[in-house]
Amino acid sequence: MTRINLTVDGQRVADDVEPRMLLVQYLREKLGKTGTVVGCDTSNCGACTVHLDGRSVKSCNVLAVQADGGEVTTIEGLAGEDGQLHPVQEAFRECHGLQCGYCTPGMIMQTVDLLAENPSPSEEAIRLGLEGNLCRCTGYHNIVRAVQHAAGTTGAAEGASA
Amino acid sequence: MTATQEPTARAEIGRDRRRKEDQRLITGRTRWTDNITLPGMLHLAMVRSPFPHARITGIETEAAKQSPNVVAVLTGADLGEAQGACINAWPVVPDQVTPAHVPMPSDRVAFAGETVAVVVARSAAEARDAAELVEVDYEELPAALELKESAEAHANGGALAHPDLGTNVSAVWRFDSAEAGTGGDVEAAIAEARENGIVIEREYRQQRLIPAFMEPRSTVVDPTGEQITVWSATQVPHILRFAMAATTGVPESKIRVIAPDVGGGFGGKLQQTPEEMITFAVARRLGKPVKYTETRSESLLAAHHGRDQWQRLTLAATKDGHVTGLKVDLLADLGAYVAIVGGGVPVLGAFMFNAIYKFPAYQFQTTNVLTNKTWTDAYRGAGRPEATFAIERLMDELAAELGKDPLEVREMNWIKHEEFPFTTVAGLEYDSGNYEAATARAKEMFGYDALRAEQAERRSRGDKVQLGIGVSTFTEMCGLAPSRVLGSLNYGAGGWEHAEVRMLATGKVEVVTGASAHGQGHETAFSQIVADRLGVPFEDIEVLHGDTQISHKGLDTYGSRSLVVGGEALVRAADKVIEKARPIAAHLLEASVDDLEFSAGRFAVKGTDQGMAITEIATAVFAAHNLPDGLEPSIDSEATFDPVNFNYPHGTHLCAVEVDTETGQVRLRSYACCDDIGNVINPLIVAGQVHGGLVQGIAQALWEEAVYDDNGTLVTGSFVDYLLPTAADTISFDLDHTTSPATTNSLGTKGVGEAGTIASTPAVVNAVVDALRPYGVHDVAMPCTPERVWRAINSGGSGGETTEAAAPHFDESEGAAQ
Repeated sequence: MTRINLTVDGQRVADDVEPRMLLVQYLREKLGKTGTVVGCDTSNCGACTVHLDGRSVKSCNVLAVQADGGEVTTIEGLAGEDGQLHPVQEAFRECHGLQCGYCTPGMIMQTVDLLAENPSPSEEAIRLGLEGNLCRCTGYHNIVRAVQHAAGTTGAAEGASA
Repeated sequence: MTATQEPTARAEIGRDRRRKEDQRLITGRTRWTDNITLPGMLHLAMVRSPFPHARITGIETEAAKQSPNVVAVLTGADLGEAQGACINAWPVVPDQVTPAHVPMPSDRVAFAGETVAVVVARSAAEARDAAELVEVDYEELPAALELKESAEAHANGGALAHPDLGTNVSAVWRFDSAEAGTGGDVEAAIAEARENGIVIEREYRQQRLIPAFMEPRSTVVDPTGEQITVWSATQVPHILRFAMAATTGVPESKIRVIAPDVGGGFGGKLQQTPEEMITFAVARRLGKPVKYTETRSESLLAAHHGRDQWQRLTLAATKDGHVTGLKVDLLADLGAYVAIVGGGVPVLGAFMFNAIYKFPAYQFQTTNVLTNKTWTDAYRGAGRPEATFAIERLMDELAAELGKDPLEVREMNWIKHEEFPFTTVAGLEYDSGNYEAATARAKEMFGYDALRAEQAERRSRGDKVQLGIGVSTFTEMCGLAPSRVLGSLNYGAGGWEHAEVRMLATGKVEVVTGASAHGQGHETAFSQIVADRLGVPFEDIEVLHGDTQISHKGLDTYGSRSLVVGGEALVRAADKVIEKARPIAAHLLEASVDDLEFSAGRFAVKGTDQGMAITEIATAVFAAHNLPDGLEPSIDSEATFDPVNFNYPHGTHLCAVEVDTETGQVRLRSYACCDDIGNVINPLIVAGQVHGGLVQGIAQALWEEAVYDDNGTLVTGSFVDYLLPTAADTISFDLDHTTSPATTNSLGTKGVGEAGTIASTPAVVNAVVDALRPYGVHDVAMPCTPERVWRAINSGGSGGETTEAAAPHFDESEGAAQ
């Protein structure tokens, strides 16, 4: 067991963990942060994406001990304390960028990172920036619209009236 | 008593409401089955066979039992009959050969990935560690792997998937229009065409696919109450409860099944799975809550696959291109067991090969074959994508033979809009449609003529990157289904759906549906329907589903049935609420029932300003102080709706691809589709269904295939090798709708969940082949990978099979993962 201290969604936490424990297991099993989910085990799907020290990581691909001393933000810590949705969360709802919602936490966390890096991405830049996150429901069309909407670079959902 | 409620400002139906479901999903406040943790809960890990066919000669569990925090290690022999069985609900012929399907066999495994032992431990990690320590001795048996060989094994001594059955052929199911009296003799039509017309003969491969829903399957069973509670990532909580009760002897009333948030299904979660049955049995045996959550590799290996057919097709036509006959001969790979729909999947395609065309003669036959591979069952479209692919590819081949535009040949043969309702050569009555209108609109959106001109120009200058244009004018049968029709096809259940509307004392409304959503947006769309019907605010409606204690009756969600069957049940339940409220309103308003009008949520006395909202009546009924004599104090209502017919959405899909003839790379250029799905409840949700459906169908055309090696091992066993499309592989789509309302439900709606998937696959492959026709290519097998396209260009043929395409993950000399 190894002692780790970190901040998760603004809360300081400390635990003894097995060195092999993945960050996603730590979040889900030790902290009950079940908003972050596991989709694949091979770091292909990105459903488990969180932010570690401000950058997106696939939390199935990071050991909990590697997050020691770090600051983690999950989908559960993205909205404001008053419940005010993050603009990217709001954009996914507005543009119908989710259906079953399983990939959504990772998709939103990756989008926040993408827009931090490139606030006005082209459609191609959005598609390349989300390449590491799989969605089986939306065909990505409205996810792209949601990212554009959040970036303020157009992006009305298909099917929405003007 | 005056009206206190303003009439609803605008109609909810047709409005692009943002989804009620989304708030919790975008903030991570979700209830996936794997999120559930109960006091004292134990975790399961499965020990799975590495061999496709083997006798189990010994299982050594002692080392695993000694592993830290392991509570039990159980085999099939330990669980015995308490496991129940996995059922097949559709024996397609009376003498169907159906191997017994024990969830965890104790004597013989029939596919690589089948569970032979289960480890129970205090944590999932400890269970998996211990599962590595279970030693199983196998005696390998010859495995039936290749579909065509397996179909002939009984005649030539080949390997049998289940040796005691004596054959791999599970069923031969046939429809012939001459025998059924719905059309002429197909052999005569083909003979005539050989003399005086055109005969197109092709063989197409429907490769094996994996549904690959994003949420891995998970089941939690808590046996500690009076009822055993089962949470499962399933599309079919009601069917699962029935199957568990029917095969284990536990009374149905002692089982509660809950489908909490479910992360996609696409048919892949309509199964009664061995894993659910094993989890149920272990919980009952140990008397403790247990959880099983699969890994992604287990999901790809053991959750059912889809498609997997060989299609031998003969189309007869006159010299000018009028179709005269269609003969379809399928081989369908069922895998190791006949799954819950199982052999019914190809039969669901039987009525759809003739599609929108007026064939005078038609014959369909499917030979359903057992093999030692993962079982197959419904995957988005189930039978209809296979049929649509075949006919839409053939119509392009006919056009090429004639030297005509593929849309022109289709129009010569399709049902004209004034001919509806139209009874097809397969015996179905299409209620409504307008193929001309949808096609005209799709061509306009696509810029069809300009793209054809560009194609001609690029061909003439010998561009290395060729443009291809693909057409798919599809229809499908959905909305499963009229119970009597299902009965006549020997299906084991009906096709009705149930709904209930509860009027609460505070003016809120609870709507209970037997449909079980897993991403479709029922909470939103069903709220819109009830809001309009009862004239209550959208926000005041709560849709409850997916729990057999709340929704006690239902047939769940698959086959694009939730809206067209379940939505109609909802309408009828709401109408009953109004009718039950009417005499109470008359009593309270001191008016005659005949003088009342109901609109916008309010009963009004004709010719006066007197009236009362239905929510006020709900409050009065709750108090029950002043009701008419003899009336029960309730306006809650339920309805069960059984449709009289299937439901027939259609549409025209047009796809442009660019094919690099030097590398074989296919790039999507543009995609336009005009779908006629009748009246639309929520255009936002409909667009989402179409987008997602399109990409699943496009993925079959270009990327996805479940590949087995010669040893019967699934080599596409992770998302590294099973190629799901990403955002970077796909494009934005151009969508529109024409509207021919369905005549068989009062909302005039048609199913949309499967439409995109059914339509898009042939549109894409037709585009790829269209680009390459100048190179003498008339087919490219799916998926149209760069390698296969390149080979088709350079050596003719269709590019061959996918063999050992996946990269090795193990260095054989070291025997360890790299």
